[in-house]
Amino acid sequence: MTFDDLQNKANKIRQDIIKMLIEAGSGHSAGPLGAADIFTALYFLVMNIDPKNPNWEERDRLFLSCGHIAPVLYATLAHRGFFPLEELSTLRKFGSRLQGHPERKRLPGIESTSGPLGSGLAQACGYAYAARMDGRKFRIYCVSSDGEHQEGNHWEAVMFAGKNNLSNLTLLIDRNNIQIDGYTEEVMPLEPLADKYRSFNWSVLEVDGHNIEEIANACSHARAIFENPTVVVCHTIPGKGVGFMEGKFEWHGKPPNTSEAVEALSQLRTLGGKIKSEHE
Amino acid sequence: MLNKSLHLNEKMFEDGAEQKPTRHGFGEGLVEAGRINERVVALCADLTESTRIIDFKKEFPNRFIEVGVAEQALATIASGMASYGKIPFIASYAAFSPGRNWEQIRTTIALNDVAVKIVGAHAGVSVGPDGGTHQALEDIALMRAMPNMVVIYPSDFYEARKATLAVVDNGKPSYIRLAREATTVITTEKTPFEIGKAYIYWESKNPQVAIIASGPLLYEALVAARQLDEIGVGVVVVNNPTIKPLDQQTLVDVARMCKAVVSVEEHQVNAGLGGALAELFAKNYPVPMEFIGVQDRFGESGNPDELLGHFRLKSKDIVESVKKVIARKAAAGESSS
Ligand SMILES: Cc1ncc(C[n+]2csc(CCOP(=O)(O)OP(=O)(O)O)c2C)c(N)n1
Ligand SMILES: [Mg+2]
Repeated sequence: MTFDDLQNKANKIRQDIIKMLIEAGSGHSAGPLGAADIFTALYFLVMNIDPKNPNWEERDRLFLSCGHIAPVLYATLAHRGFFPLEELSTLRKFGSRLQGHPERKRLPGIESTSGPLGSGLAQACGYAYAARMDGRKFRIYCVSSDGEHQEGNHWEAVMFAGKNNLSNLTLLIDRNNIQIDGYTEEVMPLEPLADKYRSFNWSVLEVDGHNIEEIANACSHARAIFENPTVVVCHTIPGKGVGFMEGKFEWHGKPPNTSEAVEALSQLRTLGGKIKSEHE
Repeated sequence: MLNKSLHLNEKMFEDGAEQKPTRHGFGEGLVEAGRINERVVALCADLTESTRIIDFKKEFPNRFIEVGVAEQALATIASGMASYGKIPFIASYAAFSPGRNWEQIRTTIALNDVAVKIVGAHAGVSVGPDGGTHQALEDIALMRAMPNMVVIYPSDFYEARKATLAVVDNGKPSYIRLAREATTVITTEKTPFEIGKAYIYWESKNPQVAIIASGPLLYEALVAARQLDEIGVGVVVVNNPTIKPLDQQTLVDVARMCKAVVSVEEHQVNAGLGGALAELFAKNYPVPMEFIGVQDRFGESGNPDELLGHFRLKSKDIVESVKKVIARKAAAGESSS
């Protein structure tokens, strides 16, 4: 796939996110739309996985720490062939494998249950540590939101990974600057975020979180770092691709209504794969 | 019959009866509390609107503290403020507070015995589509096992408002459990509420079973009582908003009167209200009991009503449990005579 194809894929994933949310009548809009390029990069380029064999022993593992952005994980897994696309319309419904927040035992491709914030990185650390004990070669990825960086559990894990030089671990942060009550820097400032990681013995890379090539390159770069864990700070725009949602914390946790969904889909369709780097 | 002396909502059984979430009762009560007592402060962990602390924040911006997504800090910062002499209310979802910060609550609030008011919103399966991770079903157990802690589970909007005001002055670590959904308004402003008191809301002639409920499922219990009345089965329905300390006198009295009990709660049957009652009755007046609640399982996504049905928490399930406990009582009577 070319990068243009991948941008198109991310756009399709965004459209599916909107359709899923409108069908569910509840759920999170801004985070999932903003993280679509990160997930496309991970599942279509970076991670070594086999959708037909989701429990393949040598697969790379992804721990989604901020479980509320599940729609982007589900849509990406379906597009990658883990389960049928039709199943996406069952999101948040009774009996669905697509629970409001991801559950490990329900759906192939889910490494851990999440939703309660701040605990994903520590699990990824435990997994990475155990895998290294046994000399395993696969890599462990973790996707974490910026808001959950206010949880102590997250920083306890940052310390652990730094101490133990967990170089088989790559953390991608969805740095979209919003959380529920407002902008992160107003609610509880996180900056200087990159410096915080450096001071905890991590390698730090910063990328445009809507540039799939940059995200993938950063993950390759991380693979070549053997002395410590790597964090890729992905600068994203919450609600990316839907003008009236972009940058707005008010869209953290609500779905579009019918007319908003029609407008969102038409915006995404007409952009038709042109969602590229902010700087282009 | 509904107990006339308690000024209950006479329209509660009518179509279109008023529905309001208990969390809104808390929101209103907290604003009133803030007006009455200037020591009251409110802290929140990035859930200001949905926990309804937002109303307090608007009126008293200088007495509102945002701690970010950090429930352990939420509890411990509040502990420090309470030691100083403030009366802090801390609000999050019950899954996270007291779910995540239980040890901090135990040591720095309960063992310290400082008057922090812990408000756990979005408890129970009726949270709905968010799914099992967000549906707190163990929080009553967590909190009632803790010395010094007062545990209150209001059944409707007005009771939540009264409970909020009541804990301001009780001088104790206190937990108030709230629900997300709008539920039927059962009481009125005039209905009595006191911490540590249970109230008989319904009493038939010759009651054979005491249904004891905490929280909004009290309404399902009252609906069940009406249905049972129509088929000639008399019951007592007790509203038990305070799970700790229990109103031992009233509860043991109804057990003695009916000689069979059904507990009703939107919580694990293990160690919640039913567990507390079983402990009380085993010690004071053993009776056969049936337990309406979640049967040692996690919640899941779905719409609230669908989930209440799936987990067998509706009036028809209560009716069935009442029949079952009557049969058990009869069988026990025969074998002992
Ligand atoms: C432990 C915990 N506390 C609180 C919440 C409620 N909650 C859900 S998302 C969120 C914060 C949102 O910030 P971020 O993760 O950056 O989300 P974004 O809006 O960027 O998607 C909160 C507080 C939670 N899920 N888990
Ligand atoms: Mg964010």
